[in-house]
Order: sequence, then C-alpha cells, then structure tokens
Amino acid sequence: MLAYVAKRLVLVAPVVLAVALVCFLLVHIAPGDPLVSVLPPDASAELAEQMRRAYGFDRPLPVQFAMWVWNALHGNLGTSIATGRSVVEEVSRAVGNTLRLACVAAFLGFVFGLLFGFLAGYFRGGVIDRLVTTIAITGVSMPHYWLGMVLVIIFSVQLGWLPAVGAGPGGWAWDWEHVTHMILPAVTMSVIPMGLVTRTVRALVGDLLSQEFVLALRAKGLSKVRIFVHVAKNAAPTILAVLGLQLGYLFGGSILIETVFSWPGTGFLLNSAIFQRDLPLLQGTILVLALFFVLLNLVVDILQAAIDPRIKRS
Amino acid sequence: MSAIADDIVRVAVVEKARGYWTDVGRRLVGDPVSVVCAGVLLLIMAGAIFAPYLGLADPYQGSMIRRLRPLGTAGYPLGTDELGRDMLSRLVHGGRLSLLIGLVPVGLAFVIGTTLGIIAGYVGGLLNQAIMRVVDVFYAFPAVLLAIAISGALGAGIVNSVLSLTIIFIPPVVRVAESVTTSVRGLDFVDAARASGAGPLTIMRVHVLGNVLGPIFVYATSLISVCMIFGAGLSFLGLGTKPPEPEWGLMLNTLRTAIYVNPWVAALPGVMIFTVSICFNLLSDGMRSAMDVRD
Amino acid sequence: MSATDALDPVADVGGPQQPLLAVSGLSKSFAVRGGLFRHGGVVRAVDDVSFSVDKGEVLGIVGESGCGKSTTARLIIGLIDPDGGEIAFDGEPVGPALSLRELRRRVQMVFQDSYASLNPRLTVEDTIAFGPKVHGITPAEARERAHELLRKVGLDPALFAGRYPHELSGGQRQRINIARALALAPRLVILDEAVSALDKSVEAQVLNLLLDLKDELGLTYVFISHDLNVVRFISDRVVVMYLGEVVESGPVESLWADARHPYTRALLAAMPSLDPDRRTREAPIAGDPPNPINPPEGCRFHTRCPYAEPVCSAAAPKLMPTGTDRHAAACHMVDPASGHSKAAPLRESENA
Repeated sequence: MLAYVAKRLVLVAPVVLAVALVCFLLVHIAPGDPLVSVLPPDASAELAEQMRRAYGFDRPLPVQFAMWVWNALHGNLGTSIATGRSVVEEVSRAVGNTLRLACVAAFLGFVFGLLFGFLAGYFRGGVIDRLVTTIAITGVSMPHYWLGMVLVIIFSVQLGWLPAVGAGPGGWAWDWEHVTHMILPAVTMSVIPMGLVTRTVRALVGDLLSQEFVLALRAKGLSKVRIFVHVAKNAAPTILAVLGLQLGYLFGGSILIETVFSWPGTGFLLNSAIFQRDLPLLQGTILVLALFFVLLNLVVDILQAAIDPRIKRS
Repeated sequence: MSAIADDIVRVAVVEKARGYWTDVGRRLVGDPVSVVCAGVLLLIMAGAIFAPYLGLADPYQGSMIRRLRPLGTAGYPLGTDELGRDMLSRLVHGGRLSLLIGLVPVGLAFVIGTTLGIIAGYVGGLLNQAIMRVVDVFYAFPAVLLAIAISGALGAGIVNSVLSLTIIFIPPVVRVAESVTTSVRGLDFVDAARASGAGPLTIMRVHVLGNVLGPIFVYATSLISVCMIFGAGLSFLGLGTKPPEPEWGLMLNTLRTAIYVNPWVAALPGVMIFTVSICFNLLSDGMRSAMDVRD
Repeated sequence: MSATDALDPVADVGGPQQPLLAVSGLSKSFAVRGGLFRHGGVVRAVDDVSFSVDKGEVLGIVGESGCGKSTTARLIIGLIDPDGGEIAFDGEPVGPALSLRELRRRVQMVFQDSYASLNPRLTVEDTIAFGPKVHGITPAEARERAHELLRKVGLDPALFAGRYPHELSGGQRQRINIARALALAPRLVILDEAVSALDKSVEAQVLNLLLDLKDELGLTYVFISHDLNVVRFISDRVVVMYLGEVVESGPVESLWADARHPYTRALLAAMPSLDPDRRTREAPIAGDPPNPINPPEGCRFHTRCPYAEPVCSAAAPKLMPTGTDRHAAACHMVDPASGHSKAAPLRESENA
C-alpha cells in the first residue's frame, strides 16, 4: 500500500510541474503588455522601466518561470497589481469561502444523488426510475448560472425569504444569518453533481444487482440487508471517484455561481483578476485551484486503491 | 465524462455493418423522446438560420421608453430587454451565435481529437505515450477553469471563446478515440491488412476509420450540451460575445439586474439554453441506446 | 506486362531440393509487467525454434494453447519482429535479401474464423481486392481478380461479391479468408487454426478445398492446430511444440506410430479412445501446465514427465535425430550421450 502511495506521489510530480507551466504560460499568451494595467497612461519611459524590472517582466521567459516557481515554493505568489496586497493573502481569504460552499454543495449533491440513484437502480424500470432519471438529466443539462438566477427570482425577489448576494457581513461564522446566504448558492451548485451522482449510482446499482454474484448471494439465502452491504462495498470505489471528481469540479468551476451570487470566493477573485488584468493574482489563483484539483484526484486515487484491491496491482 | 466513455468503448466493436446504420436510424425514429428532441432542435436551428427573413423586429433597435416590458405586451410577445429591444427577435437571432459557440468547438474537437486519437491508438509506443501524457496534463485542470483561464488570457470575443472551448474538448475526444482504436487494432482483420503489405496510413483509412468513427461521433454529440452551457457561461461572464450582439449567455448577463423589475423576461434566455442543452442530451442518449445492440 | 502479371506467383529460385521456408534459431520474448508485489518477468514465447518446410508439402504444427505456435506464425509472416534467429524463403534470408514487402508477396496467412477476421465494414470483394490494390493493381482489375478467387473457393461472385461478413456463415467466411490470402499469389500459406472454429462437416469441406487449391496452385502449407486428427489428415510432416520449444518433428505417420518424446505420446494418448474395448482409464498426462514466465530448469517438460530423471532438470535436451527418416525429438532418452538410463545407442522399440 505504501509503495502504491509512493508511486502515485512520484507520478504526480511531473503533472504538478506541467500544471505550473500551463498556468504560467496562460497568462503570457495574453495579448498586450501586462504592465499597461498598472501604469498611468502618461507614465514616463523611466517609470515604465522601473516597474518592468520590479515585476520581473524584463527577463526572458524561462527565467521568469523559474523565478515564479522558486517564489511559489517559498509561499510567495507575488503581489496583486490591483489591490497591492499579496496574492497569497487574497487567495487564502477567498479559498475558505469557496471550500465551505463547495463542500456543502458536494454534500447535498452526493446525499441526494445517492438516494435518488439507489432508488432508481433498485426499482429499475418503474415509475420512480423514470422520474429520477428525468430529474438527473435535467440537472445535468441545466445551465447552473441560470438556475441560480431563477432561484434568486423565486426566493429573493418574489418571496423575499433568502438573500440574493454575498456571504453575509464580516467574516464567516456558522450562524443563521450567514447560513441563509449560503442556501441558494449551495443548492444551485449541488444540482449538477446530484445529476451525475444519480446517473452513476443508478447505473452501478442496476448493474450490480443483475450480476451473477448477487444471484449467488440470494441463492445462499442472504437477507436483503446483507446483499445491500455487499452491493455497497462493490459500488464504493466508483462512487468515491465520482464524488472526488465532483468536488474538484465544484471547487475549480465555482466561478459562475460565485459571480451570480457575488459569493466572495476564489471564483469571484478570478473574475476580478481577469477583468482587471491583474496577472499575478490571476496566475496565483489558477495555480492554487489547479493544484487543489490535482491533490484531490491523488487522494481519491489512493482511497480507491485502499478500498478496491484490484487497483493496487495494476 | 469518463463513465460515458467506458460505455462507448464497449459498443465499439461493431458486428454488423450494412443495414446497421439503417437499423440504428429505424430505432431512433421509433423512439418518441428522440423524435421530439430532434424536432425541437430543428425548429430552433431553422429559426436561427432564417432569422433575418422571418419578419421579426430588428434585434438591435431599442427604445428606452419601452424597456423591460413584460410578456404578452402588444407587439412584443416576449417582452423587451433592458434597452427596449424585442425579446422574441433577440432570442431567435441569438440562436445563431449561441448555436455556433455550442457546435463549432465540438466539431473542431471531433476532427482534431479523432485524428490524434487514431494515430496514438494505432501507432502505439512512444508516440502514444507522448500524446496521452499531454492529454493527461489537460485533464489535471477542471474544464471550466481551463476554459475561463484561456478565454481570460486571450480576451473576450467569439473567436477566442470558440478557441478555448475547442481546446478543452480535444482531450476527452482523444481519450475515447485512442481507446476505441486500440481495441480495433488488436483484431485479426487489421493484422491481415498488415500482412498484405499495406502501410499504416492506408490501414488507418480503410480499416480503422470506418469502425471507429461511430462510437466517437456519439460521444462527441454528448459533449454538445456541455459546450453550449460553457459557451453561454463564458458570455455570461463577459468573456464571450460582446454587446450589442444577441446571444443567450450575454443576454443573461445584461439582464441580471433586471430580475428585480421583470424577472421572467430576464430568465428567458436561460430557457433557450436549457432547452437546447437537454434536447441534445436526450438525443445523444437515444443514439447511444440505438447503437448499443445486444442480440 | 499486364497488371495481372504483376501478381503472378513469385518465381522459384532454389529448385525442388531447396526448402521453401527455413527457420533457424527463431526467438521471441515478451516482457510481462511486474506488479508492485510481483517481479516482472519474461515470457519466452518462442525459444530457439528451427524447422524447414519443403516445397509442396504440408507442415503441421501442433501444441497446446500457449506453446508459441501462433507467435511463430506471426514471426514468419513478419507481423512481429523476432528477437533472434533467421528466416529464409527459398534460400533468401528475410532482411538482407528480402524486404518485408517482398516477403508478403510470398507468404500469406489464413486466420481463424471469428467475427474479427474480416472487416465488418467492407464487402467481400473489397476485402479480397484490398491486398492487390495495395500492390498497385487497378481497382477494376483487383475486383476481377477477387471474383476469380471467389469462384476458386467455391462461391458464386454474383451472389457473394457484394455481401458483408455478417451476412455469411462460418464456412463461407473461412472461404473468404482463404481467397484473401490467395489474392497476392503467395507460394506459402500459413493456416493458423483455420478450421478450429468450424462445425465438423464444414471443416471437412474446407479441408478438402485447401487440398484442392494446393494441388491446383502448387502451394505449400504450414498448418497450425491443436486438433491432432485434423493435423494427421492434412499434414505430410509435423512439428510438436511445448512452451515455446520444438520437442519433436518428423513425418506424420512416423510420429503417430512411434512418438519418441513423452509429451507427444501424452498428446496422442489424450485423444479419447473411440474403441469400447480399449477404454481410456487414466488421464495420460499429469500435473498442471507450468507458468510460462518461469519455465522449469533443464527440459521444460520434466515436471510432468513419467520418465524424468535428475539429468532432465540439469540440462535441456537438444533436438536429435532418432534414426528414422527426418524424425527428431528433443529428449534425453533419444540422445545416447545424455546419461539418461533409458537412452541407448540402439533404438528402443518400447511404446508406452
């Protein structure tokens, strides 16, 4: 087991490097001089040179990359051009908010997805199955940012029950005021994962129930509960993988929902970084999000291997 | 996306050829859900193509007096937007750009991804490793993030949106194509073709392509709905189409503040995106069931 | 020169005494990926295999699954690259004298019938015409040739040329396989389990077709099978393989009458007896087939051999002539100098 973990860690290193490279290059394929967003339009050539050197834009690209990686490894992702605060500071403030939202959304999506998926798989072909499948397909086909708007229309504008924007005043706290701010965005974000988990669980449960070993178990006289436990254990690795993937997507793709609800998370940060052409902030945010995704995948892989012995040997 | 890919690979090795596609067609036509979806899509696409000739109001012409009229207003059956432009006209015209952003990237990714995947799958060895490792790097990013990052870096605009969407859809197509090609490559008739002395390009063209295109195509169609949503999402963020062009994602963006005044008009563009997306999804599912023959 | 001249069989080079195919020291190993808890290993699928095929004869290759016969076939036709050894066609070595492309004009293969042996998307005539077209024949002439070949294998082109594989029966598909192999006018045809998947009656028809074609076109066959009855029927000489090595070879009747290698004897004895007076009481061969990744030391068969002695696990026996015409076996009992107690300068007439 330990050997498997070690192997995966070794394999992940080049991926991390490649991810860093892509993050770095992404920003440098942008047209236009990055300095433009910082300097006043009538800046002197001298000032421009000074700023250029200060931000390191005058060095050749590979050197810039090396510098950037070196700094990153020391916890320094540069300074935001727009706000002047360190990128790390900005990102760590936002990460907490996004993590909270993503986890709650993932939890909701997972729980309901599991429930619906299991019902549909167990009662395959019945009315429940069709209903659930319809809900699942709807969930997956829905532009979630639009759903967010619709929910805001219903629950904020028309009914006035829930707030439409923001995460509540001040820092985060798990009090009623803040939680009401979280309800709509979390529900909105949970819809796509719920759709996917439902589909997967339904297919898995249906598949497993019809497999021969379940027939064999039934023939042995096992009670329904015990069969359920067997099925669950067999389904666990795949479900785990889907869950992990969803969490990753939620975290990385939260920008749309956070924009709709003005939720102060990494997605929102990304948005402002893009529009203000704040390159250090942009680079730093993308890097953190992407690395988180890689880390999540790694953890899911290892957990899967721990549960499913077949994977360890491959 | 990968669970779908596994299904596709299982369907890959085709037992029947002639009469196969007509069988698939017949089964598809017999499925009411697929037929309805196809019908809806054709209607919307026809509307988009023939928009200028349908006698609708000018989608660019607005009047501040008439802004945000509700549904059912005389002369404006679907109301007006925040600049007083006719919603019905803008929705129909909006279909042109929205469908373009939804279909073109998938089409391009299909062509590029299939080519790369077939080469990787057939040639194998180092070339395969090289191509697939690069694909893995792209998989290290959540798709939305990558699309936004690329668009953000390149700047707003339709061309940049199409470019960034194409880039994020190439890796999944390559994976499916490589997988299917590898399984076809191991079959005896490919060995027989090699034994005839044919070169790799000829074999890929004559023996591999025909057997591989079907499953990849079906997989690609399942990507269309995602592309539509992402594309509109990019416009929603301001990274796609630029105003005053009518396009559903952009319209959602500009109408956001209008939800306090006229919520249902503000929600309309999303209805279009949702409808097209779910129709493509159901149609793609229907195609997959029609192709997944088990006698 | 008309186009069909370009596809006439390649001219004879060495004369009737020259073997059409000479394989010497052929070897091929496959690496097996080690798991984390298992050492990677090497499967020596074909290990120092040598034999020759005379012009106009049928050489049968028999053995159980995994003995390396299919790999040998694919090595001969160049679908896999050998790790060592040499293949010579009509005296010309492959590589220095013959390119792969030239080899393929001389040797072709008929595959086992399965849904995977014919491209489901091509019509019958397209499948047969593919090879000629690759070698420069115009499409129209390639189609003509395909029709002619269909007639030769007993199928009416008017009925079959435009059909797809899924519209054919197993026997018909095999005839197409044969026609495809003949399309490039080879002189040597390798038949890899060509009749194994067919029903018995159809099998007989196809075997007869193969013999007729051999006479009509002057072909030479290498016939690979695990079915001993079929091999006995069609072969002139037989090579027996076990775990990647040749253990015995010789004229077919000589082998059947007096097999010298214990494995061959076991194989022959394993055919269920059809005579109620001589019922098979015990399984003639004991033990499990060993792991091909780590074959036994010395003689690979010694773990299952009733005559095994210490010398058998110490040294691997070489293929030695047994005295009768071209009958050779790789067993210490045949080699007078091996030290095996049963080995003797004089021929043993024992038949277990």
